[in-house]
Amino acid sequence: MTALAALIRRDIQIALRVGGGALIGVLFFLTVVVLMPFAVGPDLALLTRLGPAILWLGALLASLLTLDRLFMADHEDGSLDLIVMSRTPLELACAAKALAHWIAAGLPLVVATPVLGLLLNLDAPSTSAVALTLLAGTPALTFTGMIGAALAVTMHRGGLLLAVLVLPLSIPVLIFGVAASQGAITGLSFGAPFSILCALSLFSFVIGPFAAAASLRHGLD
Amino acid sequence: MPERLLAKPATTIRDTMTLIDLANPTKFLSLTARVLPWLVAATATLLAIGLYQSAAAPDDYQQGATVKIMFIHVPNAWLSMFVWAVMSLAALGTLVWRHPLADVAAKAAAPIGAAFTFLALVTGSLWGRPMWGTYWEWDARLTSVLILFLMYLGLIALWRAVEDPSRAARAAAVLTLVGAINLPIIKFSVDWWNTLHQPASVMRLSGPTLDRAFLIPLLVMAVAFSLLFLTLLLAAMRNEILRRRVRSLQMIQASQRVA
Amino acid sequence: MMSLGPYASFIVTSYALVTAVVLILIVWIALDYRNQRQRLRELDESGVTRRSGRSPGDLR
Repeated sequence: MTALAALIRRDIQIALRVGGGALIGVLFFLTVVVLMPFAVGPDLALLTRLGPAILWLGALLASLLTLDRLFMADHEDGSLDLIVMSRTPLELACAAKALAHWIAAGLPLVVATPVLGLLLNLDAPSTSAVALTLLAGTPALTFTGMIGAALAVTMHRGGLLLAVLVLPLSIPVLIFGVAASQGAITGLSFGAPFSILCALSLFSFVIGPFAAAASLRHGLD
Repeated sequence: MPERLLAKPATTIRDTMTLIDLANPTKFLSLTARVLPWLVAATATLLAIGLYQSAAAPDDYQQGATVKIMFIHVPNAWLSMFVWAVMSLAALGTLVWRHPLADVAAKAAAPIGAAFTFLALVTGSLWGRPMWGTYWEWDARLTSVLILFLMYLGLIALWRAVEDPSRAARAAAVLTLVGAINLPIIKFSVDWWNTLHQPASVMRLSGPTLDRAFLIPLLVMAVAFSLLFLTLLLAAMRNEILRRRVRSLQMIQASQRVA
Repeated sequence: MMSLGPYASFIVTSYALVTAVVLILIVWIALDYRNQRQRLRELDESGVTRRSGRSPGDLR
């Protein structure tokens, strides 16, 4: 098994264990979606209109929540130093970790979306549209969030600073994610925002690992 | 002893300076000391001229006298992006060439840029109230400047989160460059989002071709504010160099006490 | 005095805010300068020397 595959497998296993945090994200997603109607009111028509936006916002906040453990746990037990020093290029190692994080924390959000869509009075085609855009967009959230996680890992106050750093970078993903969802629901332009969303994800696959690797190298010496 | 080798000769500072000399913080300090008074004078003069011309400018046929806000709003908006560009160049200097003054320039520029961005938002909002009827309008330009302001705040928070100056500089450099790459993406996204959710009223300026009566005060103010930024930047860089000197001397002092 | 029209307060507030923030920047930088010079002078008096052999209070 190559080093990268081993890294991915290890990260997924750790995340899925109790206390590993993968399912905390889903729980938080559920909380946000459940709280929304209490804030907005039980008007079903309004909830349907807001549905895609609420789902996207919940997914974004949930993935933000789980991002800081991307590097923190490894940093605390010293394995981050080993990863940085190993022969595998650090950029690829960061990409592998982000991929593992997305599988363990991002995919469950996508899977949970149809169920939560019911709470927001979204019908099956609409929820599937939102789920599809989340599938395309959550990788972008994870890979750009990784940059903030790498910057914050060497600072022990991490946490809130990470959120502040990452949020402006996730706004384009949010905009196009919701636009694509609305496009699919109303039957108007879905293709254009969806392709841009995919483009943002692909772009983040490149920028994220490079920036995260640079941050780790400069921050850990 | 190493100190002897590092000691500067007793001769005075050379009159001519080459570009490479600017990398030396000490030379930079003496350069600043000589240049700063001239910069202050030039900035003050241009600001005075610009203000006079803004006051004397005619009323716009649609906006009336509120067009005068444009003369301070546009330079601030332009500077908010220009300062990020300057910080990005400094970030490259830190990461690629390890230029010692790049760290100093980047750290000094951040709060100044944040102030200009804040002013762009506030003057834009005050300009918007007569135009659109509300203080805040999710107009594409205001929204992207708001996001830029949040990025400035995040950057300043990052600078303050790390104790060691050179580590802080490298972390901030990465964030600055990532931000720079993202700025066009953010602008494009917000434009898209804004056209999708077209607001009820659309703001019209006096047209894309600005009349000379407005263009000249605007350009003068733009240059004046740029000089203001340069002046403040050099002064702040000087402070930062002194601050680092204080820090290293305090560490020497602390180690001497222990020894 | 020129007539600033019905929205005079907006125009005046904008210019006043810009002036205020610029002044705050100037004052902050000037005070910081005084602070650092003061600290360097104190370090000088307590006898610390720089690598170059110059005194801390020397600006060069």
